[in-house]
Amino acid sequence: MPEAVIREPAAAITAPSLWSRLKVNRDWLGAWFMLPAAAFLVLFLAYPLALGIAYSFTDARIGQDIWSAPWAGIDNYLWLIEDDPFLLAVFNTLFYTFVASVLKFAIGLYLAILLNNHLPFRAIIRAIVLVPFIVPTVLSAIAFWWIFDPQFSIVSWSLRQMGVISTNIDFLGDPWNARWSVIFANVWRGVPFIAITLLAGLQTVPPSLYEAATIDGASRWQMFRYITYPLLTPIIAVVMTFSVLFTFTDFQLIKVLTNGGPAGATELMATLSFNRAILGGQRIGEGAAISTAMIPFLLACILISWFGLQRRKWQQGEAND
Amino acid sequence: MTDVPKILHAPPSAAAPLTDESEGMRYLERLPRKLVTVYLPLGIIILVLLFPFYWMTVTAIKPKEHLLDLDSHSPFYTLSPTLDHIVDLLFKTDYPLWLWNTMMISVVATVLALLASVFAAYAIVRIRYRGAQWVGGLIFLAYLVPPSILFIPLSTVIFEYGLFDTPFALILTYPTILIPFSTWLLMGYFKTIPYELEECALIDGASRWQILWKIVLPLAVPGLISAGIFCLTLCWNEFIYALTFINSTQHKTVPVAIVTAFTDGDQYRWGSLMAGALVGSLPLVILYSFFVEHYVSAMTGAVKE
Repeated sequence: MPEAVIREPAAAITAPSLWSRLKVNRDWLGAWFMLPAAAFLVLFLAYPLALGIAYSFTDARIGQDIWSAPWAGIDNYLWLIEDDPFLLAVFNTLFYTFVASVLKFAIGLYLAILLNNHLPFRAIIRAIVLVPFIVPTVLSAIAFWWIFDPQFSIVSWSLRQMGVISTNIDFLGDPWNARWSVIFANVWRGVPFIAITLLAGLQTVPPSLYEAATIDGASRWQMFRYITYPLLTPIIAVVMTFSVLFTFTDFQLIKVLTNGGPAGATELMATLSFNRAILGGQRIGEGAAISTAMIPFLLACILISWFGLQRRKWQQGEAND
Repeated sequence: MTDVPKILHAPPSAAAPLTDESEGMRYLERLPRKLVTVYLPLGIIILVLLFPFYWMTVTAIKPKEHLLDLDSHSPFYTLSPTLDHIVDLLFKTDYPLWLWNTMMISVVATVLALLASVFAAYAIVRIRYRGAQWVGGLIFLAYLVPPSILFIPLSTVIFEYGLFDTPFALILTYPTILIPFSTWLLMGYFKTIPYELEECALIDGASRWQILWKIVLPLAVPGLISAGIFCLTLCWNEFIYALTFINSTQHKTVPVAIVTAFTDGDQYRWGSLMAGALVGSLPLVILYSFFVEHYVSAMTGAVKE
């Protein structure tokens, strides 16, 4: 009996077929496991990304593929650089991104610090705070559309009842009012995300640090400046990168609330590229050039995020794993 | 008044390890101060965050004649709620169809994305083929490519593949938004599963496939739920692809359809619009309320990792 048991594995060792070696080959296995994700990401992300850059150098119309589209060199860019609506859209995008991100960060951090207090029903409050982030942007934008209605706005009505104003505010009809209104809606939607993620960061700060600082006589501001803020920097870097990135490329809110109006005052680069490439003249090339012009900014954001992550690893002494 | 006794009666924290439930320095805070510095600002922020939903709900159940008449009835509440708008929505428009499209597309895209992400995350974290770390980094970068710079070239790709104006246009493109996120999240979950379990299984003769399905996945169920919920809300929320790739009314999703459906020229049917927005958000909010913790962990996990 014992002989039979010993002989069995010996036979297996002598003939490791190609197949059985492949079965345990990490690279071979890894390639198969990566296949579905890679197929999606290459076909519908990497390829269109490259294609978009290629299109930006052509004069393609909708329905034309890249090979039959007339080559235009950098004409699209030369034309855009003198195109006033485009320059206005660049200004709007930068203004919108900057103001909305600063406000979102300030209010989000404040809300996170408020939620980090010992509160009754904190879990429920946190769940409620996140609701604006759950509800699809377009659907809450429709609610804002109604709130910002020129005639029947509830805000105008309330302020009129209180005697603050005498005529209705034209929220979306006046260029600057419209800018501030869409920024408000964007901040309203973005704050919960920032607050909840920063709250998660705050909860990892050990309370003993605050206790030690209290004994040393630190003020509330000093505790924030020298304990909370440095420990939170890495997560702030990442969260704000996401926030800036998605604000910069915002589309839904503007499309629903103002559609770029009045007179292009809230037109962002994303909505402009949609109007030029899909609606209006269906000039794919020009639309693609506008999209491609957004890429340098995105790269800058990604680099910032990268260094934010590096710094976190460095701070925590974490191996590069 | 009760300062001193309170300090004296502070529970001895040495006995138990320091947890969130210990009093810590909380005895230093007084209610009146907290009322002004915490509860008041928190109340205001929550009020502002929730008001649009309240306003949406009130508008959706107000009778038509009260909608545009702010002066004779208080606009903030209604004493004669009606389901007219919701009934109109469900029986006189294609709304149920749009809702079905949204759900079907979201669920299928989420399932596809989760399957692809499970394999990818497992391969990156555990099979560790050559260059796995680079691939991980590339997937993170893919997360940062926003749909608004992809939709123009993607629309021509969709056209070439003959997917234009079919649900497949969305089912196949949504995973590109979801896979980077969920792969990244699942990588974090898989890393927490001890190697020893897999080594034991390997010694017992299990294949990688068996290990993934019978050992790793059952242990990563919370991560799968988190990723799934988050993906579902992302799909539901998606607008730009649905607007660009879908043309016919019967294939539209709720966010796209609703914007065009209830505007007769210049006349907006606010009641139906609000009812549509409300009904379109409810399934997500209900789902969310059951899985808040998973949702939060998905959100923070994606940022922290």
